[in-house]
Amino acid sequence: MAPPRRSPLARSVGDVGKVLSTGLDALRNALGAGISRLSTTWRRSLQFRVAATTVVVTGAIVLLIGLFLIDQISNGVLKAKRGAAVGQATAGLDPARSHFSGVAPGDLTGIRQAVDQLISDPTATGNNAGLFTISVRSPDSAVDNELGTGPTIPEDLRATVKRGVLALRYAPITEADRSGAVPGLIVGEPIATRAGSFELYYLFPLTAEQKIIGLVQQTVLVAGIALVVLVGAITVLVTRQVVRPVRVAAQTAERLAGGDLAQRIPVAGEDDLALLGESFNDMANSLQHQIERLEQLSRLQQRFTSDVSHELRTPLTTVRMAAEVLYSQRDTLVPDLARSTELLTNELDRFENLLADLLEISRYDAGAAVLESERVDLVGIVERAVKASELLAARYGIELRTNLPPEPVSVEVDARRVERILRNLIGNALDHAEGQPVEVSLGSDEHAVAVSVRDHGVGLRPGEAALVFNRFWRGDPSRSRLTGGTGLGLAISLEDARLHQGWLQAWGERGRGANFRLTLPREAGGNLESSPLPLAPAEVGA
Amino acid sequence: MKPRVLVVDDDSSLAEMLGIVLRSEGFDPAFVPDGSRALAAFREVKPDVVLLDLMLPGSSGIDVCRAIRAESGTPIIMLTAKSDTVDVVLGLESGADDYVVKPFKPKELTARIRARLRRYDDAGGETLTIGPPESPVSIDVPAHQVARDGSQVSLTPLEFDLLVALARKPRQVFTREVLLEQVWGYRHAADTRLVNVHVQRLRSKVERDPERPEVVLTVRGVGYKAGPP
Repeated sequence: MAPPRRSPLARSVGDVGKVLSTGLDALRNALGAGISRLSTTWRRSLQFRVAATTVVVTGAIVLLIGLFLIDQISNGVLKAKRGAAVGQATAGLDPARSHFSGVAPGDLTGIRQAVDQLISDPTATGNNAGLFTISVRSPDSAVDNELGTGPTIPEDLRATVKRGVLALRYAPITEADRSGAVPGLIVGEPIATRAGSFELYYLFPLTAEQKIIGLVQQTVLVAGIALVVLVGAITVLVTRQVVRPVRVAAQTAERLAGGDLAQRIPVAGEDDLALLGESFNDMANSLQHQIERLEQLSRLQQRFTSDVSHELRTPLTTVRMAAEVLYSQRDTLVPDLARSTELLTNELDRFENLLADLLEISRYDAGAAVLESERVDLVGIVERAVKASELLAARYGIELRTNLPPEPVSVEVDARRVERILRNLIGNALDHAEGQPVEVSLGSDEHAVAVSVRDHGVGLRPGEAALVFNRFWRGDPSRSRLTGGTGLGLAISLEDARLHQGWLQAWGERGRGANFRLTLPREAGGNLESSPLPLAPAEVGA
Repeated sequence: MKPRVLVVDDDSSLAEMLGIVLRSEGFDPAFVPDGSRALAAFREVKPDVVLLDLMLPGSSGIDVCRAIRAESGTPIIMLTAKSDTVDVVLGLESGADDYVVKPFKPKELTARIRARLRRYDDAGGETLTIGPPESPVSIDVPAHQVARDGSQVSLTPLEFDLLVALARKPRQVFTREVLLEQVWGYRHAADTRLVNVHVQRLRSKVERDPERPEVVLTVRGVGYKAGPP
């Protein structure tokens, strides 16, 4: 028995696959625009990701199972049909032979009559193999021409049968009285009679089988789609149960981070998510407790600072006034007493400055420093700071140059702090200028303003630029302080700059002097990306 | 006659030292050591200037300041150990005209006192009018009287000076620094808190709606000016 060729039903499944893939192409094109949006959702939504993955995996599995099922059922149905068909053909041999018993070989008319009888014999058609029609052909072409008006039989099938073998073929069956072909199964067998050798073909239309398989395909498709949709929906529902509390936790954490320490997650039930909620709330409680404790400490520190301030300052005021009274009378005192009075007064100045700076820096340490931003003209601030330092500059015989724009530069800053920074920078520059001029420049762009204070004095050794802002740091311990600086000025200036979210940076080179640059955002709370003025001078050796 | 200065301070050494300095500078000081007796002493002494320590036993300096301000416009200068904005602004808002941060130098203090005693006395029969035409503010400079909508507005001398300074040049914008120099007598100072707080106090008295000022206008980024007459 020759193996049957690929069934037309399997081919039609392949066609479905082709149609499906072109459909997918169209779908992909249609989604082209939304792809980036989808990928964003993919990255952001755990729920979407889980649901999509589940749907895709389930879809693939359902597709495989569906194809397998359809294949199995088609094969089963066709196999049964084949068995029945072959049985029918074998069983039909003897009755067929009997029709030819009275026909002499070469009697074309007799053969014709016998064949007609055979084809219309009601006992020969219709039994458990289903409806079929019979066609008789002859290897003898003369005889065959006499008979050749029946349904078309594929040539390769005929060739096999002519060789004396029973054979099967799936082929479309075209019948004269019907329009169009239906898929069919043709069983061919050789039959030897007294009238000669003939080919006997049984043609079984597969209409019923095709209907069954079509129904199975439809059912599997519908069931598969329903299953995928259902699984998708279930996944969405299930992940929602997990994702929603996680989202609530994330939102709560965000609010906590935003400073609302009283935020908690509502906890219901005793499952893992409730556990997460409880742990989260415990964490928030402990965090809140810690922060409140720290705030308490900070308040205590502030309180202490303020109390020390008052307690120290009141007696200091008395001492200060007494010293001033003595100082104003120093001409009437003996030289030693007069000098003592001078020293007392000068050192009181230093003591006062040190106290003020210490209190200021402790305010920063306590986090109690508050920015009082207003829209002001930076040029005015720079001019005031320069004017305030002119006396000192004159005492040293140092020229204080300014390089300011002619028009006002409007910025949103705490004027008091910015002026203090500038006074500190100018004082520091005068201290180290060694008689060379000190330049104060102002630069601005759209986002930032910058003031740089440049001296051409001793400069800084490598690595010192990072140290100058340290508290009580001295570049050269052997150098005496001319201005009686406290050693905290630059440290406070750095804190002042940071409070503005600005930069305070230093550049210096041995023998080339130093440059201190303050960069501030134009608007309070703005971010700095670059400074309108350079930190290191461009002109080498100038 | 020497200007009389009432010193309200609990620290006896400081009070005594203040006395020495004030007398040597030609003032007539009187002393009261605690806040609860300050108001009685104020009524009795009738000082020209009050020096008030913000941290007092009994009642706090802020309360004393409010009590005095409730019945008189006498200049009050706070002595404060705290230069933090909150404390300073609180003191200014309770009615103090100016403040000196401890430790201060004698000259600084006497300069502040003199600035408070110095008044506009160069004007002769001057009457100024500013604000919206339908409801103007009229200022009788020699009489130290301000009226709006037919009723008298009670201003402290400092608030009066501030208003007059603005009203004399109605179209000019005054920066805070210029006002500090003209009204408070500061030079090269940048303490804008003084100006801001007193402008608010002034507005609360002369404006119909202090949230939408018509008499004392803010010029953003520059300073203040008088509303159009």
